[in-house]
Amino acid sequence: MKLSRRRRQRVLRVAGYVVFGLAILAVVAAADWGRLSDAFFRSDVARSMFPEAITVALRNTILYTLLAFVFGLTLGLVLALMRLSSILPYRWFATAYIELFRGLPALLVLFMVGYGVPLAFPDREIPGGVYGSVTVGLGLTAAAYMAETLRAGIQAVPKGQLEAARTLGMSHPRAMVSIVLPQAFRIVIPPLTNEIILLTKDTSLVYVLGVTSTTIELTKFAGDALNTRVNPTPLVVAGLLYLVITLPLSQLVRGLERRAAKER
Amino acid sequence: MSTIEIAGLHKSFGRLEVLRGIDLAVEPGEVVCVIGPSGSGKSTLLRCVNLLEEPTAGTIRVAGVEVTDPDCDIDAVRRGIGMVFQQFNLFGHLTVRENVTIAQRRVLKRSRAEATRIATENLARVGLAEKADAYPAQLSGGQQQRVAIARALAMDPQLMLFDEPTSALDPELVGEVLAVMRGLAAEGMTMLVVTHEMAFAREVASRVVFMDGGVIVEQGPPATVFGNPAEERTREFLHRVLEPTRVSATEIGAPES
Ligand SMILES: Nc1ncnc2c1ncn2[C@@H]1O[C@H](COP(=O)(O)OP(=O)(O)OP(=O)(O)O)[C@@H](O)[C@H]1O
Ligand SMILES: [Mg+2]
Repeated sequence: MKLSRRRRQRVLRVAGYVVFGLAILAVVAAADWGRLSDAFFRSDVARSMFPEAITVALRNTILYTLLAFVFGLTLGLVLALMRLSSILPYRWFATAYIELFRGLPALLVLFMVGYGVPLAFPDREIPGGVYGSVTVGLGLTAAAYMAETLRAGIQAVPKGQLEAARTLGMSHPRAMVSIVLPQAFRIVIPPLTNEIILLTKDTSLVYVLGVTSTTIELTKFAGDALNTRVNPTPLVVAGLLYLVITLPLSQLVRGLERRAAKER
Repeated sequence: MSTIEIAGLHKSFGRLEVLRGIDLAVEPGEVVCVIGPSGSGKSTLLRCVNLLEEPTAGTIRVAGVEVTDPDCDIDAVRRGIGMVFQQFNLFGHLTVRENVTIAQRRVLKRSRAEATRIATENLARVGLAEKADAYPAQLSGGQQQRVAIARALAMDPQLMLFDEPTSALDPELVGEVLAVMRGLAAEGMTMLVVTHEMAFAREVASRVVFMDGGVIVEQGPPATVFGNPAEERTREFLHRVLEPTRVSATEIGAPES
């Protein structure tokens, strides 16, 4: 039988839907729904986690993320400017820093800041307790990534912008602050938002610093509940709470990218 | 005192020598148009005047200040020199009004009210007072270039540099920019203009400078340079520019058909 091209495409498409539907049916039939919901969706276990899941764990996760982000962004901006500096040692330092911290696992850096530094300098301590250690420990790594993002953003601003500003009598630093950086930031908002999403997930490493019931974040909180209740429902609850943070952010990135594509 | 005095100017990019000994003076109130083939160094010459390019050798004085002196405060000199680029270079993140006020505020330290008043005046001068709240991306090329001119004028420059201000424009938008420039010339602004608009140069210029290969080949009043050029190279260039459809195959080295 000879099918027209349009007919053939339609048959293929229908076949695709049928295969997908059958696969779902097979999974549904094979699953033991009673066991599943007992394990992952026990409402009494879920209910026992609130309100601390939000007032403490979610709150700390967001707080750690923001602290590390602000620290990382500030340091990242300094590194990006050093990387673009005309002074050679600045460029060397920035390049070495970025290569080093992009190459190290975030967990290792966190251990270093949380335990290595206090052991090396027993008479000094990072202010802010665990909040300070997290800010620095996660921020140092984030700064390396954000420095590269910001450098790319600064370089994406056309050279004519700086020239026009200098021509109007602005000094180089003034032209950077008033003209180049505002436009560079606009360009890098989507990748920086991605960076926040990654940081949000990296806060799950914080437990290695030894958190208390007031400084606990989502993953450790869920892990503790898993141990006491001997039931994995808390993991599902924590997962959903992470999505509460990250899904709107990825939505935001998508919207911004769509808008940027239109403006171009 | 001349507004611009250039003596023995050389500029190389690596091994490429782009300017090979330029001497040029521009007197107050003069409109000097620089013409010449692509790559002859016209933009480089203009960009040396406000030190966007660092000369390799020679001296440049602007209103008596030697800008090539390493101790010269170049930001202060640039305040007095307006520059208009081929690509407009408006600040994309700022409105038209902010484009015109930002340097007044940050560089000249004018108050917000005064800067805004002067911006409004200059936008009216280029016929764009009603576009003050628009963003550059919302304007046509001709409008953007007029805003760029207003932005430069708001700094009260004693000299304006134009680098092919109409070359990036659609043909029907060229006229509005040239009209603004003609108005400036009539008001007595000192102007150094690189342009391919021969009709504009013929009508507005007090002097026309023809450059080729990094040197000034010929200069003089427009009537002389256009009507009775002394140099063969000038004649050839003008023939190609003014009568592009009459350039014969032999002139470009192709066999006659
Ligand atoms: N920053 C630079 N680095 C290296 N070479 C350059 C640079 N700027 C200009 N040049 C070269 O110098 C020569 C003269 O350039 P310039 O822009 O001054 O010419 P022009 O007369 O303005 O030409 P056009 O009419 O095309 O604008 C060209 O060969 C160009 O490639
Ligand atoms: Mg040019």
